[in-house]
Amino acid sequence: MRKRSLRYWASLAVLPAVLLTGCGDSGDSGAAAGDGNTIKVGILHSLSGTMAISEVTVANAEKMAVEEVNAAGGVLGKKVEIVQEDGASDWPTFAQKAQKLIKKDKVAAVFGGWTSASRKAMLPVFERNRALLWYPVQYEGLESSPYIFYTGATTNQQIVPGLDYLKEKGAKRIFLVGSDYVFPRTANKIIKAYAAANGMQILGEEYTPLGHTEYSTLVNKVVAAKPDAVFNTLNGDSNVSFFKQLKSAGVTADEMPVMSVSIAEEEVKGIGVANIVGHPVAWNYYQTTESAANDEFVRAFQARHRGAVTSDPMEAGYNAVHLWAAAVKKAGTTDVEAVKKAAAGISLDLPEGKVTVDGGNQHVYKTARIGVIQPDGLIKEVWSSDEPIKPDPYLKTYPWASGLS
Amino acid sequence: MESLLNQLPIGLSIGAVLLLIALGLTFTFGQMGVINMAHGEFIMAGAYTAYMLQDWAGAQAAAVALPVAFALAGTMGWVLERTAIRHFYGRPLDTLLLTWGVSLVLQQAARDLFGAPNVQVVAPSWLNGGVTIGGGTLPYNRLFIMALAIACVAGIWAYQNRSAQGRRMRAVMQNRELAACSGVATARVDQLTFFIGSGLAGVAGVALTLIGPVGPSIGTYYIVDAFLVVVAGGLGQLRGAVIAALALGMLNSFAEFWTNASLAKVIVFAAIIVFLQFRPQGMFVLRSRALT
Repeated sequence: MRKRSLRYWASLAVLPAVLLTGCGDSGDSGAAAGDGNTIKVGILHSLSGTMAISEVTVANAEKMAVEEVNAAGGVLGKKVEIVQEDGASDWPTFAQKAQKLIKKDKVAAVFGGWTSASRKAMLPVFERNRALLWYPVQYEGLESSPYIFYTGATTNQQIVPGLDYLKEKGAKRIFLVGSDYVFPRTANKIIKAYAAANGMQILGEEYTPLGHTEYSTLVNKVVAAKPDAVFNTLNGDSNVSFFKQLKSAGVTADEMPVMSVSIAEEEVKGIGVANIVGHPVAWNYYQTTESAANDEFVRAFQARHRGAVTSDPMEAGYNAVHLWAAAVKKAGTTDVEAVKKAAAGISLDLPEGKVTVDGGNQHVYKTARIGVIQPDGLIKEVWSSDEPIKPDPYLKTYPWASGLS
Repeated sequence: MESLLNQLPIGLSIGAVLLLIALGLTFTFGQMGVINMAHGEFIMAGAYTAYMLQDWAGAQAAAVALPVAFALAGTMGWVLERTAIRHFYGRPLDTLLLTWGVSLVLQQAARDLFGAPNVQVVAPSWLNGGVTIGGGTLPYNRLFIMALAIACVAGIWAYQNRSAQGRRMRAVMQNRELAACSGVATARVDQLTFFIGSGLAGVAGVALTLIGPVGPSIGTYYIVDAFLVVVAGGLGQLRGAVIAALALGMLNSFAEFWTNASLAKVIVFAAIIVFLQFRPQGMFVLRSRALT
C-alpha cells in the first residue's frame, strides 16, 4: 500500500513539471520577439493528428515561399521570420494557437488552416483581433470575412467548372457521394441546384462519417443506380477505401467516371494509382501545369523534398505568402488595414498562371482546370476555363443559385 | 431485390473484417482485463509491415507479410506488456490511459518514420477481380479476408483446445488463482497471450491494406468497432466474437442499405446498447467458480 501511494504521488508530481517545461519553451521563443530586424509571420497547420496527412506539405510549401521572399531581400528591408505552431487536427487548438500567434508573437499575418472547421474556429479570433489569416484550401464558399484572404478556390472556380465539364461530356445522371460534414453538404446543395437548372438528374446522395472505411454497401448502391458519373466530395482517408472497393467491384473510369474535388497528386499515391487511374478531378493547379513559374516551383520543392509531388493546396499556400509579401511592399507597412487595402488588385505570375486578388471579397481570380489521373500518378489537364475566373463565393452571378444563400 | 440479396455477402465480408480486428482483443481484454487502446496501432504496424516488405521485395512479398506482421506486432505487444502494462494489472482505468498514450506515441512515430500521407500497398494480382453472385460482385480480396478470418479462428481454436500452452491459457482465463496454485506460470501465460493477441492485430493489418488506407491513423478507424465486437460477444469468448462479428456485419450491411452510412452506425450502436441492457456480460459468459 505504501509503495503504491508513493508511486501515485510521484506520477502526480511529474505532471506540473511537464507543464512547466512546456511553458518555459514557449517563453523562450517569446523572448526572441524583441528583435526589430525581422517581420514575424505565423504558420499554423496540423503537424500531428489525422489532418497532418494533408497539412504538413502545405506548411512546407509556405516555408519555402518565405525563404524565397527572404532570398529576394525580404520585405521592407527586413527578413521574414516564421513562427510555426501545430493545430494538431483539433479545431479549438487552432483558435487557441491563432490567439497565441497574434497576441504573444505579434505576427504580421498567419498562413494556415485546412478544414472548414478549423477556419470557422479561427475566424472569430482574427476578426476580434483585427489580424490577417491567409487560408490556402478550396472550400464550400458562402463566406467572406474581412480578415481572411482565401487563396484556394471557391465553389464557382472548382465545383461549378467540374459540373460544366461533366455536362459537356454528356453526363445526365449523377450520383453524389460525400463525407458527412459542412463542405460536402454545402457542395451538394450547389450541385443539386445546378443539376435542376441544367437538365441533370441526381440519382442518389450518400454521406459517410469522416474516417469511414467500409464502402461495399455504398458501392453496391451506386452500381445499382447506374449513373453516368459520380461526384465525389469524400475527404481524407475515406477516399482510399472508396476507390479500392470501387475498383474491386469491377467499376472502371470509362463506364463510370468519379469526379473528385479533394484528391490531388499527394492523395493519389496513398490511394494507389491503379485504383484511381482515369478518373477526373477538379482543381486550379497540377504539378504538370505549364508555366515558367511552375517549372521553378516544382524544381525548388523537389530539391528540398526528394521524390515529393506538388499539389493545388500546396501551391495556394505558396501563393498566399507571395501575395502577402507583395501587398506589404505596396503598402509600405505591415499594418493590417493598410495591407488589406494594398492587396486589392495585386496580380502576380504564380505557378497556376496569373493570380489577381479581388478587393471586394478577398478571394483570388483562379483558372479552373479539370485533370485526369495518369498511370504515373500525375494529373494531366484535359479541360480548362482558359482564363482566371472571378471569385464569387455567394454565387450571386449564377441565376440558378439564387435560392442557396 | 437483387441488390438486397447482394447485401448478404457484403454483410459476411464486413463481419469477417470485424472478426479479424477483434480476435486478438478478445484475448488480451478477456484474459487479462487489459483495455488495450494500442490494439489499433498494432493493426497499423501490420499494415506498414506489408508496405515495407513490398518496398524491399516487390509484390511477391505478400506471401511472407502475414507471418512477419504477426511476429512484429506480437513482439511490440510483448514489449508493451513487459515494460508497462504488467505494472498496472488490476487497474483497468489506468491501463486504459496508459495504452491510449502509447497509441498516440505510436501514431506519431509512424508519422515521423513513414511520413503523414498514406502509403500505397499494391495487392497481388491474383486478388484482382471477383466472382459474380446474382447481380453483384464479390471481390476476391473480400473472399481472401473471409478465408483468413476462418483460418485464424480455426488456428486459435486448435491452439486453445489441442495444445498444452493453449489449455494453460484457458485455465488462467477461467480462474487465475487456481491456475497459479496448480503450478501454471500465469505471468508467462500472460506474456504469451499478449504476444498472440497483438500478433493477430498485425495479421488483420496486412489484410486491411487490401480494402482500406495505409496511414498513421488507421488504428483509430478500427479500434471502436473491435471493442464493440468484444463487448457484444463476451470477454474471452471465441464463439462469442465470431457470432457478434457476423451479427454486427449483417446489421451494418442491411441498416446501411435501407438508410445511410451515418444512420447505420447509430443503429448498430443503439442495438448494442439495448442488447447489453439484457445481457451485460455479452452473448456468452465465462462460467467459472472464481470468487472475483
